[in-house]
Amino acid sequence: MGSKLDFSVLGRGDYPQWIWHGVLTMFELTAAAWLFAMALGTLLAVVRMSDSRVAKACVAGYVEYHQNVPMLVQVFLWYFGMPALLPHAGQQWLNAHDSEFLLAFISIGLCMAAYVSEGLRGGIRSIPKSQLEAARAIGLSYLQASRLVMVPQALRIALPTLVSHTVLLFKNTSLAMTVGLAELTYVTREIESQSFRTVEVYLLSTVIYLGVSLLIMTVGTGLENRYRIRAR
Amino acid sequence: MDSILSILREYGMLLLVGQYPNGPLGGLAITLLLSVLGLALAFPLGVAIALARMSAFACLRLPALAVIYVVRGVPLVMFIFWVYFFVPVLTGRTVSGFTTMVVTLVIYQAAYLAEIVRAGIEGLPSGQAEAARAIGLNYRQAMTKVVLPQALYNMVPALVSQFVSTIKETSLGYVISVNELTFAANQINSSLMTQPFQVYFVLAAIYFCLCFSLTRLARWLERRIAARREGDAAAARATASAAIPSVAPQQAA
Repeated sequence: MGSKLDFSVLGRGDYPQWIWHGVLTMFELTAAAWLFAMALGTLLAVVRMSDSRVAKACVAGYVEYHQNVPMLVQVFLWYFGMPALLPHAGQQWLNAHDSEFLLAFISIGLCMAAYVSEGLRGGIRSIPKSQLEAARAIGLSYLQASRLVMVPQALRIALPTLVSHTVLLFKNTSLAMTVGLAELTYVTREIESQSFRTVEVYLLSTVIYLGVSLLIMTVGTGLENRYRIRAR
Repeated sequence: MDSILSILREYGMLLLVGQYPNGPLGGLAITLLLSVLGLALAFPLGVAIALARMSAFACLRLPALAVIYVVRGVPLVMFIFWVYFFVPVLTGRTVSGFTTMVVTLVIYQAAYLAEIVRAGIEGLPSGQAEAARAIGLNYRQAMTKVVLPQALYNMVPALVSQFVSTIKETSLGYVISVNELTFAANQINSSLMTQPFQVYFVLAAIYFCLCFSLTRLARWLERRIAARREGDAAAARATASAAIPSVAPQQAA
């Protein structure tokens, strides 16, 4: 490794295409899992706010499971474990439909939904109950009160948590490497093992990860400043 | 259910200690050893980074900030590979996967701990530091005798939570074949071939039992510390209000 850095190696042969494909897959996985996690996380937070004890306990169990088991293990359980439970036709369908992407997306999305729901719940809980009572008192229905008074405030309070969870989700898409999904980390390893130019290849993908994470953090901070609840 | 029990009967020891008496230690034992070492070694570094981050000197503050942002922005897997390739280059000899993982965890956790420590220090009333300086302690004394002891006490629950994250992160040692719990489960899976769901279910259940009990401990400690602080504050208020009448007449006189 005494030789100088030579980034031209990254431009050789199919490497640019590989990297481009890896970056695209990384973004696709991030976007798909993020939308899934946000939707399911919101739903879970709402269910946990309900009066049903059974529903609350189920959501609590879901959240505890996903927060206390490593995400890598969850990815393995879904990728290696779940298809074995399916009938043969189901397995074939999965193999025909990009099972690496699908199962990585499901496992990462399910796990992050637990974190998202906790973040939102924290936001909802930190709003004084009098807000809801006041909203009801001026004649809004429960749904209107939630939608117009509670949720907007809860989202603003939960925003920093949601931003850091978005970064976490983005970073965790790298785990899909372990099940052979050709996202950025996987591609990086492939190119490294072919070209032996460790530093150049890893430097490039580290800079890409860092760049996107910093972008998410910056946009998040911008949103936080814009939507901060200001004391009158 | 039967197959899960038979996996536990047959491979339970492999999951717990690897091939230990007949081979290297592995499984859950290595997972715990990695987590304890990772967090214990990262802690002093984390405090140092936190203090640098809050320093008045830009030459300390900016590097600390850079470390925190880089670590928070790059996946742990990437870090593992960097350490995996560079520790041998820097030290000039090959290094075991275990050492690689400890080094990675120390760097990674230190940056996260730094933010926890900073939150702990900033969560203290600023009057504490000011009062310490006012009675003539220098910066170092004020930190080590007044600020850090209180901040660290308040941080204990966060540290337990961080321990849980460390346990979960050691599973990534799998990518460089560190002989820990996830690796052991993969060994079992490849020798059984037919029961992947049961094997990974057992793996998930072990992690869950371990981490869930620690999460609970963290929550219990949090409540206890909050209650104690509340109690202290109430006691202080009580003594203060009891003291005022006895002081007031003297002042009047």
